[in-house]
Amino acid sequence: MKRSGRGPWPYLFLTPAMVLFTLFLAVPIGYTVYLATRRTKVSGLGLGKGARREVFVGFDNFAAALADTELWRGWLRVLGYGALVLVVMLGLALLFALLLDSARVRLARFSRIAIFLPYAVPGVAATLLWGFLYLPSLSPIRDVLDVDFLGATTVTYSMANVAVWGGVGFNMLVLYTTLRAIPRDLYEAARLDGASELQIALRVKIPILAPAIVLTTVFSIIATIQVFTEPTTLRPLTNTISSTWSPLMKVYRDAFVTGDLYSAAATSIVIAAISLVLSFGFLRVVRHHAFREG
Amino acid sequence: MAATVSHRRSRAGSGRLIGRPVGAVPTALLLIGAIYCLFPVVWVLIAATKSPGELFSTATLSFGTGFLDNVAELFAYRDGVFWLWAGNTLLYAGGGALLSTAVSAVSGYALAKYRFRGRDAIFNLLIGGILVPAVVLAIPQYLLFSKIGLADSYWAVLLPQILHPYSIYLARIYAAAAIPDSLLEAGRIDGAGEWRLMSRVAMPLMVPGMVTIFLFQFVAIWNNFLLPFIMLGDDGKFPLTVGLYTLLAAGANQPALYNLILTGAFLSIVPLIALFLTMQRYWRTDLSSGAVK
Repeated sequence: MKRSGRGPWPYLFLTPAMVLFTLFLAVPIGYTVYLATRRTKVSGLGLGKGARREVFVGFDNFAAALADTELWRGWLRVLGYGALVLVVMLGLALLFALLLDSARVRLARFSRIAIFLPYAVPGVAATLLWGFLYLPSLSPIRDVLDVDFLGATTVTYSMANVAVWGGVGFNMLVLYTTLRAIPRDLYEAARLDGASELQIALRVKIPILAPAIVLTTVFSIIATIQVFTEPTTLRPLTNTISSTWSPLMKVYRDAFVTGDLYSAAATSIVIAAISLVLSFGFLRVVRHHAFREG
Repeated sequence: MAATVSHRRSRAGSGRLIGRPVGAVPTALLLIGAIYCLFPVVWVLIAATKSPGELFSTATLSFGTGFLDNVAELFAYRDGVFWLWAGNTLLYAGGGALLSTAVSAVSGYALAKYRFRGRDAIFNLLIGGILVPAVVLAIPQYLLFSKIGLADSYWAVLLPQILHPYSIYLARIYAAAAIPDSLLEAGRIDGAGEWRLMSRVAMPLMVPGMVTIFLFQFVAIWNNFLLPFIMLGDDGKFPLTVGLYTLLAAGANQPALYNLILTGAFLSIVPLIALFLTMQRYWRTDLSSGAVK
């Protein structure tokens, strides 16, 4: 770390990032907020010049978004789906990371690479692969298990499976990397005290992993709330997914199908706000819990 | 990463493994996880080799005879539009990741190695971008690009993906660990300018960390669906993800097209899996040790 006195250099080095930040983050956010508070007003028959004007409407669009029952149904669907994905994906990621770290498994390298592999498969391709695996005419799973994977209730589980499959490896790698950075002596001390591998995992490793688990959970919450690719890609294969299945799909439809940019902007701000509230709420709960324990 | 891990493990493990048998249950659980993760990939590899007739008639895990025909048919599909999608994806992911890595590395270096007014504010501002959901950005980005007539252009997909807050964060951590202050100080005493120090001293030392950042960005852009889906209308500019989606949307009700779709899906994941397997040691989520061994 150097004292100041290098003149404008650090600022020059940061200029590209700040320009990109302004153009592709700050300005779009500002524009969304602007659009969300406006609406087209039609006067008279809506014909002729000046008959359609854009006016400021304050929080009307937000009120409309909050009163939209279809959007609420979308939230409920995503809440169920998201809870399932978070618990199963992060649970499996933690389990696999701990198993890999326990130094008592064979073929650990093969397993680690195999479990991380779906990370290299785009969401569209992953959904497509699983979508075909769910199809009765093609599915080898259907030969063994007689379940309609694309039914009205099962489709949520089927979609959650795609997200779990695609995400478990990356989260496992984050947790595993953190585990590898812990000095091994710590475990030796616990072993000398007679702790079993399971006790070491529960009492030593998981508490050390806590910050990494919190981080992966927050990132997963943000990603899950915006679910779009999986339901959109699965739609051509089943009629159980509506065009407004998730809130983000509703935003897309409002913006590009119905052409109501103002509603789309307001709804996207609501989605962002909810994901921020959930992320920070989760952080608060975790911190509160940690303080009480400590 | 793999090298570091296996190295450490063999050193630390040799003394410890005696008297502590390999656990059958942990091994089995991990193998079940591995099979679950490999299954769809293996399935599509086999399905892509089947001719339209074989796809519905032969056993799931037996290879077919139609792979080359499928590939030929896919490349003939709409005058070879699949090639175009593959080329576009390479352009978006390669160009975007390259620019993104350069911007992140220089920013990370400045944030790690200089103390200046506003440093923490700039860092917090940039990192805050991680929390902004893509949904708030994609639609206004589209509208703003349309205003300047650049929606539905290569720029519309390339430019918004250059700034990546998490990469800047990683680059800062890596620069702090990999570039010794003494080296910069020595360079200054020798009369080197700040630009020269950055380009000749700092950047070469950051190369291993930059490879990691490049790989993660490359995969992120390669896999992105929402942004190109919103930005692009002309299917000649589509990346593979959006192309595959349109292929599926067009062919979902026509089982005769399933071979084409499955072969397309298979070919679109091969490059990434190859990249992934050959660059094993750079896939790491923690750059604080300062060196990729």
